[in-house]
Amino acid sequence: MNMLGNLDSIQYYVGDTLLLGLALLVVVIDLVGRGRAHGVTGVASLLSIAAVLTVVGVSPAVGDRLFYGMVRADSLARAFKLIIGACALLTLLVSLRTAEVSTRLRGEFFALILFATYGMFLMVSASNLLAAYLGIEMASISSYILAGFLARRTRSSEAAFKYVIYGSVASGVMLFGISLVFGMAGTVDIAVMGERLAAAPPIGVALALVLMFAGLGYKIASVPFHMWSPDVYEGSPLPVTAFLSVASKAAGFGLVLRFFRDGMGSPAAMATVDWPLLLALVSAVTMTVGNLAAFGQTNVKRLLAYSSIAHGGYLLMGVVAMGGARGSESQAAVLFYFLAYLFMNLGAFYVVLHLAAPGRLGSEEISAYRGLIRRSPLAAILMSMFLFSLIGLPPFAGFWGKLYLFKTVIDASLTSGGVNGHSFVWLVLLGLLNSAISLYYYFSVVKAMLLDDGDDTSRVAVNPLYAALLIVLMLPTLLLGFLTDVSVVEDQLTDAPAASVAKTPVP
Amino acid sequence: MDLLTLLWLVPIIGMALVLLAPRLLGRVVSLIATLATLVISVLVWQQFSTTEGGTQLITRVGWIEQFSIQYHVGVDGLSMALILLTGVIAVIGVIASWNIGAETHREGTEKAYFAMYLLLVAGMYGFFVAQDLILFYVFFELTLLPMYFLIGVWGGPRREYAAIKFFLYTLFGSVFMLVAILALYFQSGPESARTFSIPELAERGLGLPVTVVNWLWIGFYLGFAIKVPIFPFHTWLPDAHVEAPTPISVILAGVLLKMGTYGLVRMNVQVLGGASEKLWTFLAVVAVVNIVYGSFCAMAQKDLKKLVAYSSVGHMGFVLLGIAARTPEGLNGAVFQMVSHGLLSGMLFLIVGVIYNRAHHRYIVYPDDPELLRLYHIDPSKAGKPGFGGLATTMPVYTGIMTVAFFGSLGLPGMSGFIGEALALMGAWRVYPVLTIISAIGILLGAAYFLWTIQRMFLGDENPEWEGLPDINGRELLALVPLAILVVVLGVLPWIATNLSAATVDGLQVVETMRSLAKL
Repeated sequence: MNMLGNLDSIQYYVGDTLLLGLALLVVVIDLVGRGRAHGVTGVASLLSIAAVLTVVGVSPAVGDRLFYGMVRADSLARAFKLIIGACALLTLLVSLRTAEVSTRLRGEFFALILFATYGMFLMVSASNLLAAYLGIEMASISSYILAGFLARRTRSSEAAFKYVIYGSVASGVMLFGISLVFGMAGTVDIAVMGERLAAAPPIGVALALVLMFAGLGYKIASVPFHMWSPDVYEGSPLPVTAFLSVASKAAGFGLVLRFFRDGMGSPAAMATVDWPLLLALVSAVTMTVGNLAAFGQTNVKRLLAYSSIAHGGYLLMGVVAMGGARGSESQAAVLFYFLAYLFMNLGAFYVVLHLAAPGRLGSEEISAYRGLIRRSPLAAILMSMFLFSLIGLPPFAGFWGKLYLFKTVIDASLTSGGVNGHSFVWLVLLGLLNSAISLYYYFSVVKAMLLDDGDDTSRVAVNPLYAALLIVLMLPTLLLGFLTDVSVVEDQLTDAPAASVAKTPVP
Repeated sequence: MDLLTLLWLVPIIGMALVLLAPRLLGRVVSLIATLATLVISVLVWQQFSTTEGGTQLITRVGWIEQFSIQYHVGVDGLSMALILLTGVIAVIGVIASWNIGAETHREGTEKAYFAMYLLLVAGMYGFFVAQDLILFYVFFELTLLPMYFLIGVWGGPRREYAAIKFFLYTLFGSVFMLVAILALYFQSGPESARTFSIPELAERGLGLPVTVVNWLWIGFYLGFAIKVPIFPFHTWLPDAHVEAPTPISVILAGVLLKMGTYGLVRMNVQVLGGASEKLWTFLAVVAVVNIVYGSFCAMAQKDLKKLVAYSSVGHMGFVLLGIAARTPEGLNGAVFQMVSHGLLSGMLFLIVGVIYNRAHHRYIVYPDDPELLRLYHIDPSKAGKPGFGGLATTMPVYTGIMTVAFFGSLGLPGMSGFIGEALALMGAWRVYPVLTIISAIGILLGAAYFLWTIQRMFLGDENPEWEGLPDINGRELLALVPLAILVVVLGVLPWIATNLSAATVDGLQVVETMRSLAKL
């Protein structure tokens, strides 16, 4: 467990560096092609992200802290990078031909996705609050532009504007929190701050933590920092919405996991600020508000936006359980859920994306989906399966994801001592009740597609290539629980416990 | 491939074949698949030893090793009877679904219907053979989706409401069950020895504090109570039955409700039998409420199908009473009553279906509610008038088979209903004498509403409106007669069914303690 200097660190940071270089290359190609080379930029971006994914996938996870403790390339970072990268790859794939983005601007669009991905990579690998802040800003600023990419559509401009305002307030507040941490701990190194904060006045630490959570909560769209997300999700171009709902959330959770694991995971830190309880409350409110708000939505995209807030609430349960005895299992449960979420959520969004095209349904309203089973059985059945999985019905992937999340919370709660002295069985019960409630609004879409008869009965043509992509997303949604399980994920997470990291000397 | 795996795998394969086969071959494929599973159930029965109390024909392989989630199937006396019942009802259901497209005015949807039907059958079999709690839960939930669509697509005028109500209610129950399952797993032993295996959990006896057992008991109870359904969670049932197409009502009453009572015996009695006496008394009390309240509700119904649905609520009360008593007679009676009610309620719903297909309504007395009259296209001037009358002259064969079902259901000796209720009451008498007396009143009420229905619909003057109504046809008889034969056979030779469960019931530890209590 060493602290490495800049030159020694580079060898473990190849994937990220490569991504940055290739993103710049895409910009250059776009500039040279004067906006006419969108085909080339598209393929170049796809190849770049594929190359980066390969490099990240094969590079070993190292415990060493890189660049004088700024970032880590451990297994947690790698796992999240793979999920974010896969999401970016799929996003590029569906945006290659999307009608929403004009061909002239596509080069920039692709480059921005790559830059946002780089920012997210930095978020999940940062082990210093300033690096984390840089990552957040990099991801956010790229995302602001992506959200407002449809300049002529007022909805899109509104989305971008809201996103910018909420985002800058949140990051400003977070920065203030970081400065408080620096004031009390004399460091912004995540691995070291916990030990020092334990000696600081609890009220100050709690304040700093709450302020910082404004930034983190904004990224994972947890209540009360979720207000931006339905409007942004609704107004953004659909590939961007799907990208934000999975990759951006994953990046946020990567950072949250690391922050609480390495920074605040020690018993002393938990004694100073009872963050498991705080997060449990946030989780409870987030999933409930997300689900209740999804009721009565008439727009599928907006419905999925609220549902993704609720899923953020479920995922926070895993972070809560990390304060308990089986921290590594809890992390693995969060990751497993993300794996399931990647396929089912993107799948659902991509069906909506495809059907929203003018030649097909031309709308994202639930009423337009009426009788879809007769117009395009494939689209209707695939969409239903993604929704079943989002509800968490067995045997779909979402069920296993929830099962492991709930199980880790129960295990942590019932072990003597509980999670920092608390039992969170009530949170599991609430999570399950929320899943049961969520059935109702997901099924409003299923009902419209499969049970209702629509006025229009003309066939809706699904592009065969696109259908193939959807089926590729559907197979893991159906089979993930049988192909793998959370212990496989846990075996991949080989990081040393936070305590041993914290003991390395600071230069 | 072992037989028990085939039980749920054959319907799944059948489902795939249905989707691949031409539209009208779907029913043939389904018939073959369900017949094949019936044959497999009988083969299982042949290999099943009635003298052994424990789980038999076990297949157990690792699935998710780290959490000791296993693919673990087996049968014992409790599941054997229900597997055979599922086999019979599944075949009957296909026969009753033969013209489902035309009958529900949804021509062209037959493939989807039979695919969903077979998925439902697979879920039911899987639930009864599962010996691992996660597998048990997965199969329990697996029945919900097909059921939602079977009611929601092929149901009556208010099908969508009924379907989502059914789904939401059951899902809410299973929430509590899942928490109880996870908590039970955690308490099942030290970290290296935790298990989801039901027989192991039962064997270990757990030795948990009574409060913990009570909470787990309540968790499972909520899950199963909604499925049975037990008062006050029963309101989804009449809605679901009224809207469901005939074959789905048959499956719902015949098998799906038994998943709830089977679960109660399997989990609450076998694993959590050590729960405090107050809870068992509570169960006995709600059982009596089910019997009396269900019967009174049935008596008040104008819709024949709703009457039958409420009679189910009442008859399931006897199963609950037998379970609550936990005496050998009580538990054997509960299992027997599950089988008997499965056969009888199947018959009753088929009978309702026969008249509905001919008259396109099923009102004993036309309703006053203008909304209902509009939904069923009934002339408003008929409100409050008798719906039928004198059917015995128009449809003599139908009336004959109806008599078997009605008299069987009201507990006439010589038919299965009598044995089930008598055993349950005998078992309960030793433990809850007062409650038993009250529930015996339920039998009287049952006789009252069934006889009153016969009088109003089948006897008396012929209603000129239905003069030329054709009598029951061959296909409908093919579905009803086997059930009628089984009802009579089980009524005369009840040991066929009680033998299946007797050894297992004797093995249940709780019963031993109850016996010693009784001796004192």
